[in-house]
Amino acid sequence: MLKNKDLLGINDLDVGEIRLILETADKFKEVSSRRVKKVPALRGKTVANLFFSPSTRTRISFERASKALSADLINITTSPSLGETLADTALTLEGLGVDLIVVRHDQAGAPVQLARNISAGVINAGDGAHEHPTQALVDVYTILKEKGSLEGLKVALLGDMRHSHTARSNLYCLTKLGAEVAVGAPGTMIPEGLEEFGCQVYHTTEEAVENADAIILTRVSMDFGNDKLLPSLREYSRFFSLNTKRLALAKPDVMVLHGGPINRGVEISATVTDMAWPHLREQVANGVVVRMAALYLLSIRGSEKR
Amino acid sequence: MKRLLLRGGRVVDPANGRDGIADVLLTDGLVEAVDEQIETTDAEVIDCSGLLVTPGLVDTNVHLNEPGREDRETIATGTRAAALGGYTALGCRSTEGLVMDNQTVVRYVRSRSARDGVVRVYPIGTATKGKKGERLTEIGEIAAAGAVAISDDARCVDDASMMRRILLYAEMFSLPVFSFPQDTELAAEGLVNEGVISTRLGLAGIPAVAEEVIAGREMILAESLNCAVHLSPISSASTVELLRYAQERGIKLSAEVTPHNLLLTDAACEGYQTDALVSPPLRSEADRQALIESVADGTVAIIATDHSPCTVAEKKTEFTKAVPGIAGLETAFPLLFTKLVESGLLTLSRLVDAMSTQPARLLNLALGTLTPELPADVSIFDPEQERTVDVRSFKSKGMNNPFDGWLLRGWPMHTIVGGEFIVRDGKLTVS
Repeated sequence: MLKNKDLLGINDLDVGEIRLILETADKFKEVSSRRVKKVPALRGKTVANLFFSPSTRTRISFERASKALSADLINITTSPSLGETLADTALTLEGLGVDLIVVRHDQAGAPVQLARNISAGVINAGDGAHEHPTQALVDVYTILKEKGSLEGLKVALLGDMRHSHTARSNLYCLTKLGAEVAVGAPGTMIPEGLEEFGCQVYHTTEEAVENADAIILTRVSMDFGNDKLLPSLREYSRFFSLNTKRLALAKPDVMVLHGGPINRGVEISATVTDMAWPHLREQVANGVVVRMAALYLLSIRGSEKR
Repeated sequence: MKRLLLRGGRVVDPANGRDGIADVLLTDGLVEAVDEQIETTDAEVIDCSGLLVTPGLVDTNVHLNEPGREDRETIATGTRAAALGGYTALGCRSTEGLVMDNQTVVRYVRSRSARDGVVRVYPIGTATKGKKGERLTEIGEIAAAGAVAISDDARCVDDASMMRRILLYAEMFSLPVFSFPQDTELAAEGLVNEGVISTRLGLAGIPAVAEEVIAGREMILAESLNCAVHLSPISSASTVELLRYAQERGIKLSAEVTPHNLLLTDAACEGYQTDALVSPPLRSEADRQALIESVADGTVAIIATDHSPCTVAEKKTEFTKAVPGIAGLETAFPLLFTKLVESGLLTLSRLVDAMSTQPARLLNLALGTLTPELPADVSIFDPEQERTVDVRSFKSKGMNNPFDGWLLRGWPMHTIVGGEFIVRDGKLTVS
């Protein structure tokens, strides 16, 4: 059983809870290979997808997961521009009888504040630069399916650490499960105190990927004011991009994962992207089963006022 | 002739080096005498045994929000909150959007305060027009209208040449100049202290160096012009080091710190608690310890609340959209008494010095002491009275206070302004 009514971040979970979600995902994995890819676990329950900032793949992944569990789904993809507070929006949804709310928001902490104000369970589907717990669980699940265990494995995290919610969730999740994590990014893209997460911080991709068992990439763009952190994407690509030469420094059986959307030629070269496709495809497929597990575990836990 | 005898309290008057049981006689709004035993026949006697008798508290950093933001606070509500907190005089900062950058607004604040206020209110004018840091205000006229200091409030004067001119110009009118030491570009979109907590929360951080570069700049300007600069307020340990360096060399650099920076760290922001969102931000435990030490040894002379009431809507929103500030007037003394004096980190005498004597001295007010013939502004606290902070019982309109629910001692019992009870037995005497 999960301890909280919400899944807001990996930081709040203990190892037992992480394993519970991953084991539950494994059970749903079998469902996705059936002819009828649907179970009645959430029949009669309503899930609201509240996407205040755009994210097509996470939203669709949650939609697929909700439908595979037979939940009723409400999709809200436009941000309330009429000045209503997030708390009021949540209370409205609660009035409508929503059991679980999946929230994507561009402001860090918005789902955390929302969860405090309502009794329905809240899943954080990415909030600013805070956390994106289900994506980290997907990444870890994908690695575990191939490697069996994370204990002693070296995992490299590359890309924009400053603005990435998934990177933070990955750091918590990987270190909690015993992996050795190496971060590789330009100094301007590494936030203060990141080494206190229990990782090695490098300013070169080469050092980070050396002998790595898995590499998880984060999109690098000129959004979020990154034009002040990087001179150009071309420069980033030249010095940091995961190309075949840099990839060769990792273990021969290295897995390459990317939460998407991919900027081919920026954080990862086109050749490496094509080489990585089997894993990337698996990662997307696992997204559905891990989210099924999260929705299911929160729904059986039931709602409560915190 | 109206006489009041405060009998048998522990009188703490740092300006006169007094800390001991004594009687205080107030006559016609002035202090008449302070002595071990005073005998009178015609005075009303107030039994102060077991209580702390101090000069009325003086705050250099208060936002009364009138005129302009009466939804946050008014002179009537803010001064009542102050009296309940043991304050008898306030340095009033400008309201966002309707700033005291001209004599008219300064005069308005004074006349409104005379009408609606229950404690003394001293306007603090701005240094630049609209606090934009571009053009000097009419500092001479603002001074003549009654402003006691010059400050662009929580806005840094980014242009060093502008700051230099402000210091040169204000000096002519003997007005103290306050600087908000935070480099605008380094602070950028930051909300909380830059560190592992800002990284965990995924919030943009304000590095401590944003404060230190401006504190350093002000130090160099103060030395080169032989002017005084008051940093209002500071938050970082390195700024304390800078102050020590400056003061050892006789450079006139002084500073104030808030109760919340002395008692909380950025950990209070965890869970996106908007009541802990303040400017400058709550910093690390090492910073907090350095600040406490700096107050104890006098490097930071003044504790000021930076009372900044916010509406419920301004706080009950996404952390990134919330307005920084704490409504702190009603909790400052009991907080610092309980957490710093009772725990032995600060002497009571130094606390009173930092909350009354030194602020009065900075603003050139004949207050902050129980010296005969000076105004009879007295605060009386009960060190034994224990009560839980309840923001819903505040007289301030602002309920934004992260100490809600804290169990504290040393609550104000009586507040006397000019010989008149404003608060008696913990209750306002005025409606």
